[in-house]
Amino acid sequence: MTYRFDYSWIAEYWPVVLKGLVTTVELTLIGTLFGVALGIACAWTRSLGPRWLRPPVVAYVELIRNTPFLIQLFFIFFGLPSLGVQMTEFQAAVLAMVINLGAYSGEIIRAGIEATPRGQFEAGASLAMTRFETFRHVVLIPALQRIWPALSSQIVIVMLGSAVVSQIAAEDITFAANFIQSRTFRAFESYFLTTGLYLLLALALRQALRGVGKMLFPRRAAR
Amino acid sequence: MMTFTLWDILRNLLLAARWTVVLSLVSFIGGGLLGMALLYLRIGKARAGRMFVLGYVELFQGTPLLMQLFLAFFGLGLFGIDVPAWLAAGLALILWTAAFLVEIWRGCVESVARGQWEASASLGMGYVQQMRYVILPQAVRVAVPPTVGFSVQVVKGTALTSIIGFVELSKAGTVVTNATFEPFTVYGLVALIYFALCWPLSKSSQILERKLNVAHRNH
Repeated sequence: MTYRFDYSWIAEYWPVVLKGLVTTVELTLIGTLFGVALGIACAWTRSLGPRWLRPPVVAYVELIRNTPFLIQLFFIFFGLPSLGVQMTEFQAAVLAMVINLGAYSGEIIRAGIEATPRGQFEAGASLAMTRFETFRHVVLIPALQRIWPALSSQIVIVMLGSAVVSQIAAEDITFAANFIQSRTFRAFESYFLTTGLYLLLALALRQALRGVGKMLFPRRAAR
Repeated sequence: MMTFTLWDILRNLLLAARWTVVLSLVSFIGGGLLGMALLYLRIGKARAGRMFVLGYVELFQGTPLLMQLFLAFFGLGLFGIDVPAWLAAGLALILWTAAFLVEIWRGCVESVARGQWEASASLGMGYVQQMRYVILPQAVRVAVPPTVGFSVQVVKGTALTSIIGFVELSKAGTVVTNATFEPFTVYGLVALIYFALCWPLSKSSQILERKLNVAHRNH
């Protein structure tokens, strides 16, 4: 093969790549925070919440889990404006990620909650805890601890999936790669570089989530 | 200006959905075959083989599928081939699918109790016989539900091939939207067609899991 790799454009374009990296990290952080919060709400509803609320939550979870993220994104960004909802690209990307992670993490967290022994609820009640306190301290925290590895993988999957938000022109890493290749015609090099960035980001995110897990559930580390 | 009825939109989307189905099948079957070859290396005795598969899985599970599609599309071009979108799409999806299936299947093989290996060894079975008669029959039972479940990810993964220009359901959605200016209806329908493809797979995965679990509890 006589192809010569040409990375001479980096000197000029590294700020674009950096900006993309920052955007991807921002998207992931906000998306994860609200997505997991939505997931906890869904999990609570499906396992302990009022019965009438369960069918809509089941429908939401099934609908999201059985359609591609790209279509959810297009529906939010291109479809919703016809109902009068206007958003920036970034807002639409965040919303799509929250809705997506909410459905997946809801199922994961629900599995954790349903593995809680019945006696734990009764023990909580016998300590004069309210239902909310019991849920927060006795049910939710151990449930999250149980499913933390699965939840971490899902968060990494959502971060990697966020590459498609470049399709609605949210300026993430992939957007940077598209931008650079359209200016320099060095398509393979720019995608090769950004793929490497994603790989590093995935490894870093996995480590960070392990750290967060140790912080949130210190008892496990002591054992 | 032309007007489009709902049936016009739906008909065009359904025609394009055939390509989503074809690409999903190709990716799943190709990925399954490659996954089996990788599994052989992953649970084999050669250290180099195991390391190779570990690296392979890390690479394909740690990078976005979209990037893999771009690299396949532009990377194959480096060899001087004029790359059609279907080739890059099929190649990237097969490699990606294999990376996930090999990890799923490895878990299934490892879920077979250690004693089964020892028992079959004590009967004088060789490695191939152990696999053929003792380990794989048990591992396959465990493997079916998660494998069917993963096929949903493959179908959804094909949506990304629209970005490199392969015309399937998602691409058709974009094209039809540009013609009709009705993104809400079109993407809504696209989502429903994907749902119709994926939901039966998800549901059967759940049902299979429940069924095979009952069988699993007996021994």
